[in-house]
Amino acid sequence: MTSAPTGEPLVRLTGVNKWFGDLHVLQDVDLTIDRGEVVVVIGPSGSGKSTLCRTINRLESIERGEITIDGTPLPAEGKELAALRSDVGMVFQSFNLFAHKTILENVMLGPVKVRGKSKAEAEKRARELLDRVGVGHQADKVPAQLSGGQQQRVAIARALAMDPKVMLFDEPTSALDPEMINEVLEVMVGLAKDGMTMVVVTHEMGFARRAANRVVFMDGGRIVESSDPETFFTSPTSDRAKDFLSKILNH
Amino acid sequence: MQFFLDNIDLFRDAFLNTLGLTLFAGVLALVLGTVLAGMRVSPIAPLRGLATVYVEIFRNTPLTVVFFFVIFGLPQIDTVVPFFTGAVIAVGTYTAAFVAEAIRSGINSVAPGQAEAARALGLTFSQTLTTVVLPQAFRTVVPPLGSVLIAMAKNTSIAAGFSISEVSSLLARLSNADPNDLLFILLGVVLAYMIITVPAAIALNRIEHRVAILR
Ligand SMILES: Nc1ncnc2c1ncn2[C@@H]1O[C@H](COP(=O)(O)OP(=O)(O)O)[C@@H](O)[C@H]1O
Ligand SMILES: [Mg+2]
Repeated sequence: MTSAPTGEPLVRLTGVNKWFGDLHVLQDVDLTIDRGEVVVVIGPSGSGKSTLCRTINRLESIERGEITIDGTPLPAEGKELAALRSDVGMVFQSFNLFAHKTILENVMLGPVKVRGKSKAEAEKRARELLDRVGVGHQADKVPAQLSGGQQQRVAIARALAMDPKVMLFDEPTSALDPEMINEVLEVMVGLAKDGMTMVVVTHEMGFARRAANRVVFMDGGRIVESSDPETFFTSPTSDRAKDFLSKILNH
Repeated sequence: MQFFLDNIDLFRDAFLNTLGLTLFAGVLALVLGTVLAGMRVSPIAPLRGLATVYVEIFRNTPLTVVFFFVIFGLPQIDTVVPFFTGAVIAVGTYTAAFVAEAIRSGINSVAPGQAEAARALGLTFSQTLTTVVLPQAFRTVVPPLGSVLIAMAKNTSIAAGFSISEVSSLLARLSNADPNDLLFILLGVVLAYMIITVPAAIALNRIEHRVAILR
């Protein structure tokens, strides 16, 4: 289980193909993500960004190709898969906090049930993490009592509590009111600065410019372009990326 | 009335029998029904199939037939169980199918993102089910589950056809003895059932309110 700091990328997708019925949602996707790298995935709606994100912890299975995390191919099922997922943090667009548990319990659940930590130990860490994302004083409330921005920050703390090797964010600010977007992005920028490996599906160009090492542009289930943020936003090479950028910049 | 009072011991025993049957069969139905509901949403196809077959068979078989099988069928394969145990098995296994369906609809009412978040944390299927999905499913399931259990309490009367120690069978026995007191006996039997079902209904109502507030 030791992760030797070799040149091996942390996440590697090779020739990944996925279909939903007749719909070919991921087409020959190759992507490598190094330790500490922050990759922003951008592209039109329906281009397969969420699906790509979800294949990395196998919330979606793939029909062809291979995905490895830290050199280990994703197990198909069972305990091995669960163990691997515990190393991959995921933050959803709709937060998905456990509705019947308090904020504190939400953050403690994984460490206690999956990592086998003691309640006391898990609680201590959970409180630290909740303080870090700025919702420590809400620990005893239930999710429905928090604003969207606060819920999403709790979701980030919940993922961090597992000490993940990599974190996946699927449009983490798309469901938020505009005034709450920044509070979540600030937390994410902080994580990036601390060296967390991150895959972030987002259209927030400010975040991409401040925190991303690389922008990956997807369209029609393919990775069309992959470059550093400045190059991508100022001089995209593909027509599709140009077209897409002109649309999101105009609005 | 005097007749009723004279036979109060018989009434008491029959009542306690019915109450016991209701409690034990209820626990069996809840436990087995929950397991069956879990199997029906499991990723393992044979488990899903097994649970589906179970539910369809028991849902579409009259309880009387289940009783026949347990009381007369089991001894044929050299499995003799005491009558009370047999009645618990018959009522419990039969009701489990309905409990399973109620819980399964509750499971389906829980937002898929809840289970997804649990899986993403690394919880196994059974951990996801028991710590995240079922606790939320039970909240929406209280009203339909209550109906199932109250129907079950009344269904215990079928045991009367197979034995002599249950409230309804007492009715036959006592009214044979003295037809003039039939009305009182009938009222007594109705009362006895209501002593079980009405507090159950009130308790369920309370629970429903509690979970509605918590949600
Ligand atoms: N569970 C599913 N079943 C069938 N089709 C799906 C499913 N999830 C996504 N799709 C389809 O796959 C395509 C890619 O979806 P998605 O990965 O969500 O795109 P994006 O996140 O880029 O908007 C879309 O056409 C979408 O309708
Ligand atoms: Mg999406």
